[in-house]
Amino acid sequence: MSDMRTPLSRARGLGSAKKGTHHFWMQRVTALANIPLTLFLVGALVVHAGADYATMTAFLGNPLVGVVMLLLIVSAIYHMRLGLQVVIEDYIHGEASKLLALIANNFFALTIGVACCVAVLKLVTAQ
Amino acid sequence: MSDQVETNKHPRPLSPHIQIYRWTLTMVLSILHRATGVALYAGTALLAGWLLAAASGEEAYAVVQSISTAWYGRLVLFGYSWALFHHMFGGLRHFIWDTGRGFDLRHVEIIARVTAFVPPVLTIIVWVLAYSYLGAF
Repeated sequence: MSDMRTPLSRARGLGSAKKGTHHFWMQRVTALANIPLTLFLVGALVVHAGADYATMTAFLGNPLVGVVMLLLIVSAIYHMRLGLQVVIEDYIHGEASKLLALIANNFFALTIGVACCVAVLKLVTAQ
Repeated sequence: MSDQVETNKHPRPLSPHIQIYRWTLTMVLSILHRATGVALYAGTALLAGWLLAAASGEEAYAVVQSISTAWYGRLVLFGYSWALFHHMFGGLRHFIWDTGRGFDLRHVEIIARVTAFVPPVLTIIVWVLAYSYLGAF
C-alpha cells in the first residue's frame, strides 16, 4: 500500500463522462430548429427576388427578422460544426492532422457565425 | 521484417468498400446526405458574404448581386437550394428512424424514393416562384 489515495479518488475521472449522447442529441435538436428557420430564409429570398438594396436592407433590418436570422445562424452553424466534426473523425486518422482539422472546423464555424451575427446586428440597428 | 515482405507478396484480403458493392438508392442517399452537408458547410461562407455586403453598403451589395445574378451565380444558388432541401429531407428520414420506425425494407425503399425525388421538385418550385416574383412570367 504505497498509494495513499482512497479507492474513490482513484476511480474518479475514469470511465464515462456521461456525455456520450450529447453530440448526437444536439445534432438532432439543431436539425429540428433548422427546418422552420431555413424555410423562413428560403421563403424570404423567394419573395424578395429582384428586390433592390433599400427593400432588402429594410427587410433584414426588421427586428423580428433579425431575431429569426440570429436563431438561424446559431442553430445552423452549431449543426454544421457538429456534422463536419464527424466527417473529420471518420476520414482523418493521423492524430496531429485530425486535431488541426477539428480546430480549423471550430475556427471556421465561429468566424462565419460571428460574421453573420455582426452583419445582422448592424442591419437591425441601422434601421 | 520478413513478415513485411511476406505481406507485400501475398496481400491480405481487405474489407469491401464502395467500389465492390452494387450501388443502391439508400447508399447513394447516405453519401449524398454527407456530401450535401459538407457543401452546405462551405455555403455558409456565401451567406456570410451576402449578409456582410448588405450590412456594408450599397456598393458592396451591388458586387454580390452582380455575382449572384450571373449565370454561374444562379447555378451555384440552384445547387445550394437543392442541397438544402436534400439535406433537410435526409434529416427528416433520420427523424423517422430515430423513433425506431421505418427500418423494414419496404419502408426503407419508400422513404428513400421520397427523399430522392421530393427535394428536386421542391427546388424547381422554389425557383419558379422566385422567377415569378422577379417578374419573369
